[in-house]
Amino acid sequence: MTDLRELYQEVILDHSRKPRNFREMAEATRTAVGNNPLCGDRVTVYLRMDGDRVIDASFQGQGCAISKSSASMMTDAVKGKTRAEADEMFERFHRMVTSGVPSPDDVAILGKLAVFAGVSEFPIRVKCASLAWHTLRAALEAQTQIVSTE
Amino acid sequence: MARAAKVLLNVPAIRKDFPILLRKVRDKPIVYLDSAATSQKPKQVIEAESDFYTRYNANVHRAIYELGEEATREYEGAREKVAGFLHAKAPSEIVFTKSTTESINLVAYGWGIKGKLKEGDEIVGTVMEHHSNHVPWHFVRDYKGIVLKHVGVTDDGRLKMEEYEDLITKRTKVVTVAQVSNVLGTINPVREIAKRAHEVGAICVVDAAQSVPHMPVDVQALDCDFLAFSGHKMLGPTGIGVLYGKQGVLEEMEPLLGGGEMIREVHLGHASWNDVPYKFEGGTPNIAGAIGLGAAVDYLTKLRMDAVRAHEMELTAYALEQVHRLKGVHPLGVEDVSGRGGVLSFTMDHAHPHDIASILDVEGICIRSGHHCAQPLMERFNLPATARASFYVYNDVDDVDRLIQGLRKVMEVFA
Repeated sequence: MTDLRELYQEVILDHSRKPRNFREMAEATRTAVGNNPLCGDRVTVYLRMDGDRVIDASFQGQGCAISKSSASMMTDAVKGKTRAEADEMFERFHRMVTSGVPSPDDVAILGKLAVFAGVSEFPIRVKCASLAWHTLRAALEAQTQIVSTE
Repeated sequence: MARAAKVLLNVPAIRKDFPILLRKVRDKPIVYLDSAATSQKPKQVIEAESDFYTRYNANVHRAIYELGEEATREYEGAREKVAGFLHAKAPSEIVFTKSTTESINLVAYGWGIKGKLKEGDEIVGTVMEHHSNHVPWHFVRDYKGIVLKHVGVTDDGRLKMEEYEDLITKRTKVVTVAQVSNVLGTINPVREIAKRAHEVGAICVVDAAQSVPHMPVDVQALDCDFLAFSGHKMLGPTGIGVLYGKQGVLEEMEPLLGGGEMIREVHLGHASWNDVPYKFEGGTPNIAGAIGLGAAVDYLTKLRMDAVRAHEMELTAYALEQVHRLKGVHPLGVEDVSGRGGVLSFTMDHAHPHDIASILDVEGICIRSGHHCAQPLMERFNLPATARASFYVYNDVDDVDRLIQGLRKVMEVFA
């Protein structure tokens, strides 16, 4: 039985109301824009890299509670991570939101992000949860065009 | 307690005809408020389609055997029903297509690209159109170099009618408009717009996807040249649509699909076209779909379209009244339900339309959220998306009450 609490958990609502790292970054070394044309969610991810490591991450944009809280928690989670570590988080996050089952390793690595496992009950919202991550990946790969979930 | 809405349809009796309304979603009884996207089907329509396949399936128009005669009779019978439903002058003014989108593309292609329009000619649309009534004209612009103009929308969602004064010129060849907006619900003054088009010798093309299913539509009264709508939004099957065209303009238009059925004679070097409307029905049509649409027309005719319209006005008025009592919920469009159809888009202060729709989903309520294939309109209102509830013959006051309860739940979650 689908429980609303599976999707709109307190931590998700908190990050949606008060998103962390919600600012432009003048000193960013990498930027990417992502959008979900189906619904109007749009996010810009800013990264300041030192070599291979993410020193700082922030975002701006508009969208639903799921996309905003995912972006907020993501920017917290990737600070201090190397590119390879951030990529691994992306893979695990994406697998988790589609399958709904976080492995013990997923929980260890994703930490708070494991709350998004409930999105799997609402498949159409997977794009909302993963928009920021696709955009992060584009920023890490230093792509210049706008990435889309389509 | 708010006044109970007076309803003119026997909704409990109607609901018995819709088996899908018995089901549960997320373990709750379904409340279907997305008929603007697609309508549910009564068993009469499902059975009519199924009956075709069970008893008399055959290709139409040329079989000599009785089965073919029967299929043809029912297919052409459906055409006659649609003609009568719209008050067209003859069944030959009804072309079966697969959808409103295909119907409009047929005009853009056959009248525009392959037809009489030249570089510098003008087409006047509006900002509130559905993408299916924007993009085909982009094709014509790109192909033929015509100029595209758009009438703007007021803050409460009506067309800025005074703009037609300046936008329509001697070079205007097509004026196109939706009879009812799929986002705002606004009912546009099509008859007046058609008159202005005719004053300069332009044709008037009407997107009637949200009007034909919901109110009496008389193409003689509107005097439009083309009118397009879809079967699946009016209790009919998917994959069947209609393009109504005045006999004269259909005869002047070029066909899109070349092939069987639409020809008179074919030689290796050339071919000649069949009469209207067959000229536009190349290939085996969606015979079952047309027959299903015929059954839908019968069903709606029995309910009476003026009663359908009155029912939706009552429900929409009740819904607006209830929505106005909720803090932070903002409906779009005109307040006066005599100026709007049963489509209710809204935003909420602290919840994005996606989140509204997901929370309502958990309550068993089906609404739509997003840009509703009307991105230019969203841009005009500076909104990334809205939530949208829409009403039809099987909705009642309970459905509206459950929607309002659901919205209160959204407000709790996002407080």
